[in-house]
Amino acid sequence: MQSAIPKPSPAGKILWAAIAIVGAWCLGVVALRRGEPINAIWLVTASIAVFLIGYRFYSRMIATRVLQLDPSRATPSVLRNDGLDYVPTDRWVVFGHHFAAIAGAGPLVGPVLAAQMGYLPGTLWILVGVVFAGAVQDFMILGLSLRRDGRSLGHMLREELGEVPGVIAMVGVLVLMMIVLAVLALVVVKALTHSPWGTFTVAATIPIALLMGVYLRFVRPGRILEVSIIGLILLLASIWYGKTVNDTPALAALFDFDAKALAWLLIGYGFFASVLPVWLLLAPRDYLSTFLKIGTIALLALAIFLAAPTLQMPAITKFIDGTGPVFAGNLFPFLFITIACGAVSGWHSIIASGTTPKLLANEGEARLVGYGGMLMEAFVAIMALIAAASLHPGVYFAMNSPGALVGTTAEQAAQTISSWGFLVTPAELTDTARNIGEGTILGRAGGAPTLAVGMAQLLHGIMPGEGMMALWYHYAILFEALFILTTVDAGTRVGRFMIQELAGMAWAPLKQTESWVGNIVATVICVGLWGYFLYQGAVDPLGGINTLWPLFGIANQMLAAIALMLATVVTVKLKRQRYVLVPAVPAVWLVVCTLTAGWQKIFDAKISFTAAAQKYADAMASGKLLAPAKSMDEMQRIITNNRVDMALTALFMLLVLTMLFFSLRSIVRAWRATHPTAHEEPYVALSSVAQ
Amino acid sequence: MNTNASAPRSFWQRAVQTARLCCGVPDYDVYVKHLREHHPERPVPSYGEFFRERQEARYRGTGGRCC
Repeated sequence: MQSAIPKPSPAGKILWAAIAIVGAWCLGVVALRRGEPINAIWLVTASIAVFLIGYRFYSRMIATRVLQLDPSRATPSVLRNDGLDYVPTDRWVVFGHHFAAIAGAGPLVGPVLAAQMGYLPGTLWILVGVVFAGAVQDFMILGLSLRRDGRSLGHMLREELGEVPGVIAMVGVLVLMMIVLAVLALVVVKALTHSPWGTFTVAATIPIALLMGVYLRFVRPGRILEVSIIGLILLLASIWYGKTVNDTPALAALFDFDAKALAWLLIGYGFFASVLPVWLLLAPRDYLSTFLKIGTIALLALAIFLAAPTLQMPAITKFIDGTGPVFAGNLFPFLFITIACGAVSGWHSIIASGTTPKLLANEGEARLVGYGGMLMEAFVAIMALIAAASLHPGVYFAMNSPGALVGTTAEQAAQTISSWGFLVTPAELTDTARNIGEGTILGRAGGAPTLAVGMAQLLHGIMPGEGMMALWYHYAILFEALFILTTVDAGTRVGRFMIQELAGMAWAPLKQTESWVGNIVATVICVGLWGYFLYQGAVDPLGGINTLWPLFGIANQMLAAIALMLATVVTVKLKRQRYVLVPAVPAVWLVVCTLTAGWQKIFDAKISFTAAAQKYADAMASGKLLAPAKSMDEMQRIITNNRVDMALTALFMLLVLTMLFFSLRSIVRAWRATHPTAHEEPYVALSSVAQ
Repeated sequence: MNTNASAPRSFWQRAVQTARLCCGVPDYDVYVKHLREHHPERPVPSYGEFFRERQEARYRGTGGRCC
């Protein structure tokens, strides 16, 4: 049932030709101008043009030919309307909800890390990746779920591929989630290490959230907006008071922690926050972080449009050869692993098959929400890249390089980074630290602090004022920490349910989510799993992010590959083989990227976990200590950690290969079949249900 | 059956609806209307009760938010 594509009007043709020419021109400037720095506006304009063209042409092709969406067909929200989970909802409301659910810390962190290769590789991957992979995945999974009563990714995998691949994918999602929680918690640790101001404001969110929780429960039930405004005012007050804490030695000492201590605090926090009743701490924090997230993304956009910064980072740096300090490995495959969210993120397939398909009132609206929502996220990623690239490259590398590579004092760092060709003086580094109200900017990898400095400088350029930059910096840190911590506690809870479900298969009593024993045991396991990787990151010789981010990237792209393989299988099962390349090309690309990256992380002589373990084992054998280990026990722990990472990488590769095998098997069977074999729900006319 | 989806609604109403939905709380009026039309025998919860039930439900299952 192919809906006819209306012929474009002459005015429409002229408009789209104009957008194409402007986009091509701006992209040409971004890609080809060498030697002189360019303005970020070129990049913004090029991106918007690419998004518009991708949306207008490619997403329409997917809607009409691949998914064959039919506006006359009743959606799950109409068929199963219960006023609670399934509710036909205005498309812009669904769009806002979907975007708020998919946008998190990911698109802000990955592009910042990838900026070490210059702004051009990251930009091109985000633009090409989102149009042909990320948005395709989100849109197609949403489309599939719409035709299947809003079923989840796991459920659809079981139906279309079989029971075994369904369970395998579930284990993959659980492991991915543990890595996500660990790496995001590590971003917070990196931002707060020896930062009394930052630690104080983040700690203050706990009593603020408790207060909000009690207010929402007993004083004015359900008044979310009201209580969020109160919460926001208290948060801003805590940022302001943070300066006093920072300047008062007795108070500062209370909030001055090293990475290990912060890791333990976060592990403890994750445990309590997920065990306590949700209304008390988890939910109010969630509300605050949701609103702050949207507000801050809007603020970032405003800052970039008003400040129109010049990109100081070169278009391409020498680190495309794989010797970069922020993450190790060549442009292929590691650029495509490092920028996951923003270009393509497997996690979205869970959301696109979660609440969103239960809200859409019409199939035709899936294009705006699925494809359009992901384009918005890509735009956030582009803005994060701009904020990082508009920093002084010397400052960027000082913040993001491990101490083991650039030294631990401003003098050493300035000297090393200048020797790489990014001239910077120690004074520039210490001035930046002083301006943002911090003791040092060294060793603040993880994207959040870099983005915060970038945002602070942009906002300060628009609204100058004595000491304002420090406030902006701590505002940006607080908002990132807030929504990361929300992800951590909500994720721990979700992980706990998943563990209880898996453990319940072995011993039934563990399955009861109401029982305190099962509850606590599963929470301890869940916190223990991500806590292990978080602690490992905190004691890692290369600062943690360097080690853990590639693992996260591999895992996230693995899930995206699984989702796109499902889309490929269903396309063939529907006997729409002509269009199989639409989901198959990005699926194959992600399989190649994850397997290559995994292979190199296991076998490469320089960048693999194996090589790192070997280096420490060799040193141990000859009785030497290698920094940052201070004892043989610590040496042994670093070796063990690297071996665990190695095993985990191997597990991810095995998962990808297994899913590839099951997908190919289903594809071959479906290709031979003479009739469509997909498990779609039968057609029901919208006109027969809706009044 | 809710046909409000396409009816004109003020920008503010939609903004509030979006904000609430982002926190996992669907439209209360729509729910009440649904109950009255389809399940007249069931009691209609107050907004506070409705809010509590939805708050619990949001953090019960899997899914949730993105990295």
